[in-house]
Amino acid sequence: MQDDNKRFVARDRNWHPPAYAPGYKTSVARSPQQALVSMQKPSVSELSGPDFRALRMGPHDNDLLLNFRQDQSQGQGLPQGERIIMFGRVVDQFGKPVPHTLVEMWQANAGGRYRHKNDNYLAPLDPNFGGVGRCLTDDQGWYRFRTIKPGPYPWPNDMNSWRPSHIHVSVMGPSISTRLITQMYFEGDPLIPLCPIVNTLKDPDAVETMIGRLDLARSNPMDCLAYRFDLVVRGELQTFFENQ
Amino acid sequence: MKQPNSVPSSELMLRETASQTAGPYVHIGLALAAAGNPTRDEEIWNEMARDDAEGKLIEVVGTVIDGNGDLVRDAFIEAWQADSDGKYQLEYDQQKPFNSFGRTATTFDNGSEWSLKTIKPGPVAHASGQSMAPHINLSIFARGINIQLQTRLYFDDEADANAKCPVLTRIESPTRRQTLIAKREEADGKVIYRLDIRLQGEGETVFFDF
Repeated sequence: MQDDNKRFVARDRNWHPPAYAPGYKTSVARSPQQALVSMQKPSVSELSGPDFRALRMGPHDNDLLLNFRQDQSQGQGLPQGERIIMFGRVVDQFGKPVPHTLVEMWQANAGGRYRHKNDNYLAPLDPNFGGVGRCLTDDQGWYRFRTIKPGPYPWPNDMNSWRPSHIHVSVMGPSISTRLITQMYFEGDPLIPLCPIVNTLKDPDAVETMIGRLDLARSNPMDCLAYRFDLVVRGELQTFFENQ
Repeated sequence: MKQPNSVPSSELMLRETASQTAGPYVHIGLALAAAGNPTRDEEIWNEMARDDAEGKLIEVVGTVIDGNGDLVRDAFIEAWQADSDGKYQLEYDQQKPFNSFGRTATTFDNGSEWSLKTIKPGPVAHASGQSMAPHINLSIFARGINIQLQTRLYFDDEADANAKCPVLTRIESPTRRQTLIAKREEADGKVIYRLDIRLQGEGETVFFDF
């Protein structure tokens, strides 16, 4: 929409993690010290955003079991690990589905190793796993990926910090105001409450919004389990009575 | 998903999914080429304008610097800007000569500069009816950044428009307004605007909530 005839529910910045969260050490030197400047009247610059329906995707862009496969022969070249479907719905804060929006994800392999040159964790790369996916939500706001469950991995924060298994998730929503990057954690993982990055959030209810739930009904018997992860982006409102 | 019982609205309103840092390996997911990994047929990257795009072709470059004055070499940045007529091109389509949306990154390889090949945007109308000075909206994601930092890049050769921009002038400190203004350079006949983003401390870039 080019017009300014809408707005988004204000972000609750006490719900989101603060910029400065010293338990997560990297945030100490990467957090602004000055207050954010609030735009009292967002304009089309903030209220609009890209529509990716014309982005041409490959047939396996949302299937991480196949999109880095080295040996294409029957039954060969599959990645190691727990086969899972990760799916969910993108809705706004009023429960309205967000159709045709771009959802992207990236992750480590089953051993917790990323396909990135800076990751020198001794757990090996999987030759058949890249760890990157993308898709558009359908006309009801649903998205789905097929992947393997990522492993936890150590990282240099405290002397013995380990990330819980997680998948990085990126969603655009209807405008740059709704743009969100988060991480999906897995229900029941005992590393979740120990993680300094999870604990950048102060409200335990906020942590719950990042946990993917086992959904046995959506699994494929004798094939793969399913985790459901719904994403809620800022609610979109029409504006009323804004002009004198 | 569990939702709290008390909601800050008269309607039953869901809470937004909480933000988390994009982490150190954001490039493998959102900037495949910068990670040195194989790319797909179409990637969303930093060439927002082809040579045949309407408007003045420019390059926008910079670094990201942390509170110690050190380069941030794992940042990921998204850009959103109007075309030369001041209109946002909502449909992202790589068949078109210009797209309003682009992505760039700093890495450990390339001198740690981000860059965008684009056109200079036209002025956009503010909700108040006034005209905003030409600008590019930038969102910065990185390890250590828990929720993206939202800023704007303005142009130093638009001094008159900048002085009247209803967003720039909302920033109380005139000194701080300067942190958003990119400096024009020319090299090999190309027009380059440079803006270093300082996350913290002296010369800290203005970041917005909207």
